[in-house]
Amino acid sequence: MELSSLTIAEAGRMLRRKECSAIELATAYMREAEEKNPKLRAYLELYPDAEHTARRADELLADARGNGESSHLPALLGIPLAIKDNILIQGKRVSAGSRMLENYTASYDATVITKLKNHGAVFLGRTNMDEFAMGSSTENSAFGPTRNPRDPNRVPGGSSGGSAAAVAADMCLGALGSDTGGSIRQPASFCGVVGMKPTYGRISRHGLIPMAASLNQIGPLAKTVDDAELLFEAIAGGDDFDAVAVKDEYQRSRIIYEDLQGVRIGVPKEYFMRGLDPDVEVGIRSVIQKMEHAGGVVQEISLPHASYALPTYYIIAPSEVSADLARFDGIRYGQTTGMSESYEGVRAAGFGPEVKRRIMLGAYALSAGYYDAYYRKAQQVRRLIRNDFDEAFKNVDIIVGPTTPTPAFCLGDRADDPLAMYLADIYTVAVNLAGLPALSMPAGSVMRDSVSLPIGMQMVAPRMREDALFAIARAVERVL
Amino acid sequence: MSITQKDIRHIAHLARIELTGEEQERFAGELSGILGFVGQLNELDTTGVTPVNGGTDLEHVMRKDAVIDASLEGHASELMDAVSQKKDGRVRVKAVFE
Repeated sequence: MELSSLTIAEAGRMLRRKECSAIELATAYMREAEEKNPKLRAYLELYPDAEHTARRADELLADARGNGESSHLPALLGIPLAIKDNILIQGKRVSAGSRMLENYTASYDATVITKLKNHGAVFLGRTNMDEFAMGSSTENSAFGPTRNPRDPNRVPGGSSGGSAAAVAADMCLGALGSDTGGSIRQPASFCGVVGMKPTYGRISRHGLIPMAASLNQIGPLAKTVDDAELLFEAIAGGDDFDAVAVKDEYQRSRIIYEDLQGVRIGVPKEYFMRGLDPDVEVGIRSVIQKMEHAGGVVQEISLPHASYALPTYYIIAPSEVSADLARFDGIRYGQTTGMSESYEGVRAAGFGPEVKRRIMLGAYALSAGYYDAYYRKAQQVRRLIRNDFDEAFKNVDIIVGPTTPTPAFCLGDRADDPLAMYLADIYTVAVNLAGLPALSMPAGSVMRDSVSLPIGMQMVAPRMREDALFAIARAVERVL
Repeated sequence: MSITQKDIRHIAHLARIELTGEEQERFAGELSGILGFVGQLNELDTTGVTPVNGGTDLEHVMRKDAVIDASLEGHASELMDAVSQKKDGRVRVKAVFE
């Protein structure tokens, strides 16, 4: 089996045509994962029961074939997936990359996991991440960094770095991540895969270990746009356990774009200013040119408050974090005995530096005397940022630009400078503040130290328009 | 915006995180830097701008006050399994009142 070119869509066809079995698929990916993981550390744990789930999928496939019903089988039946270590699977360890939850076992399934189990998907393991999803390099994991499969001296991005690396290194066929400020799109860009953040409320977050509740979403990482849509479709939808999950059923686009004829493409001038690596700019501009040759109507647009997105994010996200992480008191979530006798001591021993930094920043921004100056101010600027996008979408169907200002950086390069690390998300955080759907897709490469590194193009669509996002991205994939 | 070590001790108390002396020093510097960076929001006049509260446009989300997932019933013991310190089947915490 040629894993590097295999997709979820193709594996699904092969399973239905009996050209391979779910067991063969799971075994092949598990072998790859076991072989590569000591070096890359994409997974924190590989699940020994993956084989059992795969066997069950083969039984369902055999039954369906016997009844001539294999075309009605769920799209992800028997597909080996990786799950970010902040999504609960009943009976399995889930640590959010933190010492605080090192010994915590999930007592229920996240809604997305229930949905994937109903599909018959096979979970290969849980993937490494920045602690509590705070970071852009996976170096903040309490269990050691993940390395970029394209160049092991470099970071895979973060916080869903393990998921992105696992997809890029053929250690799974697809993965789930979570994205609060770019945590799916930025590692997808660094590792050369497709990563997608849905509209706020598109996917239930029941069973996702919380990080900034007004910003985060679960989303897919995969090798192709098509695969990302298959995963998204499987996990989207309303849920009584997540009050902000929107009930609308997801409908794929009725328009199938052969090319980009008539598609109105907005290019924000603010995304091509100071700080953007010149090679990344050349790469993204050349993709935009190809989109234009394929019939796209490209126009420069303005998002006047774009430069304020990062400072707004670094008030709102830490403020929410300080509240969300208050629950970790050493009492309820796994053995922390021995860390300390006091709450303050348990939290000091259980959290790493970036988590402490953000909790304290948030506690400060919300504290008496500073609330209006920081938190309320940021909420107001968040309105201006949202309005910028609403205004832009009056004239364009899609907004495109670089996902990140640079290709993957080297391990250790930014670890001691929080602000430099935050800059890796400069183009992605605005999308979370506005609650919009967006994806990052591979858009060529640049050379660094004689290694070819992928760059990613971010595409942003109006709220609830994942259908257009996927349909247009698929057409772009075709013209590249 | 400069954060002093006295500020840091106050913030650490609000955050319920014990800090070493060396950490106090480091975080005071780092937080000052970050607050300087986010301070650029003051360049904007936001008079009369309605703040965005939360991420959703939904309002008044209601559901019936009823059990909606029976599969969770009988799992109370698993929740207790996750508890760090127990006594007589109950969660053991530090005394709140002396």
